Amino acid sequence: MTGAEIAFVVIGVAAVVGAIRVVTARNVVRAALYLVVTLSAVAGVYLLLAAEFVAWVQILIYVGAIVILFLFGLMLTKAPIGREALDNQRRGVAFLVGLAILAGLVYLIQGAFDWDAARIDPLEGSVAAVGSSIFSRFVLPFEVISFLLLAALIGAIVLSRKEDRP
Amino acid sequence: MIRLPLVLFLSAALFSTGVYGVLARRNGVLVLMSIELMLNAVNINLVAFGAALHDLTGQVFALFVITVAAAEVGIGLAIVILIYRNRETINVDEVNLLKW
Amino acid sequence: MVAAESAESIVKAIHDPSWFLRYSWLIALLPAVAAAFTLFIGKRTPGKGSVYGISALAAALVMSLGVLWTFVGGERGFYEASIPWFQIGQLHQEVGVYVDGLTAVMVVVVTSISLCVHVYSLGYMKGDVRYTWFYVVLSLFTSAMLVVVLANNLFQLLVGWEVMGVCSYLLIGHWWEDHVNSSSAIKAFITTRVGDVPFMFGIFVLIFITGFTTSNIPKISEIVSSGGASVGLVSAAALLLFGGTIGKSAQFPLHVWLPDAMAGPTPVSALIHAATMVAAGVYLVGRLFIVFLDADPIVLQIVAIVAGITMLGAALMAFTQDDIKRVLAYSTISQLAYMIAGMSMGPAGRTGAFFHLFTHAFFKALLFLGSGAVIHAVHSNNMSEMGGLRRRLPITFWTFLIGSLALSGVPPLAGFWSKDELLVVAEHEGHPVLFVVLLVTALLTAFYMTRAVLMTFYGEFRGHGEPHEAPRSMTGVLVALASVTVVAGLVGSPQLGAVFGKWVYFQELEEALFVPWVAVLSTLAALGGILIGYALYRDYHARDPLRSLGGAYALVANKFYIDDVYWKGIVRPIRDDVSSGVYWNDRHVIDGVVNGAAAFTKVVASGVNWFDLKVIDGAVNGLANIAGFTGGLLRYIQSGNVQRYAVFLFAGVVVLAVIFTKI
Repeated sequence: MTGAEIAFVVIGVAAVVGAIRVVTARNVVRAALYLVVTLSAVAGVYLLLAAEFVAWVQILIYVGAIVILFLFGLMLTKAPIGREALDNQRRGVAFLVGLAILAGLVYLIQGAFDWDAARIDPLEGSVAAVGSSIFSRFVLPFEVISFLLLAALIGAIVLSRKEDRP
Repeated sequence: MIRLPLVLFLSAALFSTGVYGVLARRNGVLVLMSIELMLNAVNINLVAFGAALHDLTGQVFALFVITVAAAEVGIGLAIVILIYRNRETINVDEVNLLKW
Repeated sequence: MVAAESAESIVKAIHDPSWFLRYSWLIALLPAVAAAFTLFIGKRTPGKGSVYGISALAAALVMSLGVLWTFVGGERGFYEASIPWFQIGQLHQEVGVYVDGLTAVMVVVVTSISLCVHVYSLGYMKGDVRYTWFYVVLSLFTSAMLVVVLANNLFQLLVGWEVMGVCSYLLIGHWWEDHVNSSSAIKAFITTRVGDVPFMFGIFVLIFITGFTTSNIPKISEIVSSGGASVGLVSAAALLLFGGTIGKSAQFPLHVWLPDAMAGPTPVSALIHAATMVAAGVYLVGRLFIVFLDADPIVLQIVAIVAGITMLGAALMAFTQDDIKRVLAYSTISQLAYMIAGMSMGPAGRTGAFFHLFTHAFFKALLFLGSGAVIHAVHSNNMSEMGGLRRRLPITFWTFLIGSLALSGVPPLAGFWSKDELLVVAEHEGHPVLFVVLLVTALLTAFYMTRAVLMTFYGEFRGHGEPHEAPRSMTGVLVALASVTVVAGLVGSPQLGAVFGKWVYFQELEEALFVPWVAVLSTLAALGGILIGYALYRDYHARDPLRSLGGAYALVANKFYIDDVYWKGIVRPIRDDVSSGVYWNDRHVIDGVVNGAAAFTKVVASGVNWFDLKVIDGAVNGLANIAGFTGGLLRYIQSGNVQRYAVFLFAGVVVLAVIFTKI
């Protein structure tokens, strides 16, 4: 167990705990804040995996914009508070389904990889390489993503505009 | 020197938690949050495999996924707000016009 | 004539048939063709169609004379020719002709008298409402009679026989607007039909005798004469055939139709009910004579008894008739009985009977046509409205007189020779009773004919209007027939060689016999009858002297009440009781069964309907209900809730993942 691994386990636990709290919090704002915890922990994981750019983008976009959006949304829709108000009646089935997925995935993973042999050797920082890769090999998806963002932008504006009744 | 399966376990845990949240939460915004959890789990997977295989494609795709997630959250919240505007509630249980 | 020992001739086929013989079938066909022509284009032909019948019959008469000439020339045999008609199993039916001396005589008689009647009708039926149709049926009838006479097999004979019956019915009811005429026609038809039933059975028996192979007359005669059938069968056949004769020739007890048949036009009475159709019964007996001969002797005795009763009864009934045609009708019945009596006396009697048929045809036709001229002049049938017509209708008077003298048997006219021959046979063959009956009837015949002549032509005219002589088409015929009547008898007179007997004989030639005392006796009988009649009716004015006989007169005048017996005993019960009983049966029993079947069907149908509604529809509806029910259950999956769909989706993914990893 290397130091990176220990760090990873700690961050990972934080992420999982945060995630669990996201889906079980009775207060929607607290759920949003726990989401921040989770997302930050995930950014830390990226760093450990030598993906600095992705980590930074994660913080920037997710924590910085998306969570803010969530909070705005919660604020605008006056979300109620309380367990009965937030969880529906199929909690049990949902739990079972989630558990089943977890079990299945764990089974797959541990059957697919040798526990000791599969390791990640982190490389040097790769921002430059990522950038050049985007604009050379993945330029087409990059352009398409731009359009996607444009469409989302326009769509959001159109959807939330107040209709002028004649 | 992180063992790959560990990372994947993390990703699996996040993903299944997200699934639970999608299925069990009543508030539409909370459902969207759970979806973000799932997307993050996928991102972790991509990046981990990219690091394990020394291929930058994983990171690039993770970036794309983040972008898509952002767009999706934007639209999703717009819809939620519209629903709130029309029905005074964002309880997904009550949005069931396609009921028999 | 008496049966001789000479074996001079045996009946055998003619070697080299003359043209007339080979085409003898035309004699029957020509009038039928004429009938068809008259039927289809008669109305448009000038003269309204009478020309076809007259020309066809003239041609047929010429051919008949040609045929007769063959036999006059001394030919003895016969000519037979036929074509197959149809076959059922072993039974072969044919259409054919059988021509011997008898046939030749018959066709001459039929065609000549029919031709006379056709010509006579030109004047008598002039202006009639159904003039053309009259000629159609007249020609058709002649054709049918010729078919009977020329037939070589019983089936063909039967066909002609029945067609004659139909034509008789049509002609009697010619003026059917008057109910009396149509009733008379029906009476005639049904009464003869009653006789036709045993006739047909007789034919069946004869066919049976041949083993169901044929109805050919020469073949049947051969089988019977060679002893191929039991006496019982042959006797049965003879009696059954005689039934047909009783019907068709109006013998007791089926004589009742002939007097009423006088409702038809007088030419019809002359042709059908004097000369031809009624003679067909006699011809039948004569043609199938072997059957009668080889039967049990009682058969011929029955024949003689029937003939004797008819002879006397009819002659008596002729006294009391006021209608001149009815007098002649009863006379015909009586004379037919004469012929049948002759038949009952064996082969010699057969020849005599046919000779009498020959002569009777001519003078009876003459008498009927003469009475027709009288009726035409006076517009009434009743002799009480006639009288003194001697000077106004001279030709009619003289011809009628000749005819009645012939009928009475005054020599040297035709009737004398034929009656005399029958009396000779009766005396010679040892039939004393029949001899007396024949003689008495001859006397009665002379009596009632004298009565008729005196009432009609002498005294004062008791009727209305101005009677005048008939047109030349009618009187010409009367003269022709009268001339024939004078000479016809001579062909049978023994003094002149009895030629007739050389034409008509049975298996062997007869020896011509003349017995003087019989001849004298018959002449005396005739003259006696005339004298009595003269005495009684010389001063006839209004009241018939016979009425003083009181009850006896009433009995005879009512025709011995036979008609009443038939009416009350047979016709009325059938018409009223039997038919209403049958009607009741039809209404209640038959209809009841039918309605019951219908009701039953309705019940079954309603049961089936219930089954269809409850069970079948229930099954179908049940299936539909099940589908609806399960649908109603299944729809709850459609909750509208996205998260629920998502649950299913993820759960399904897990399941699929597990499956795919396992496979």
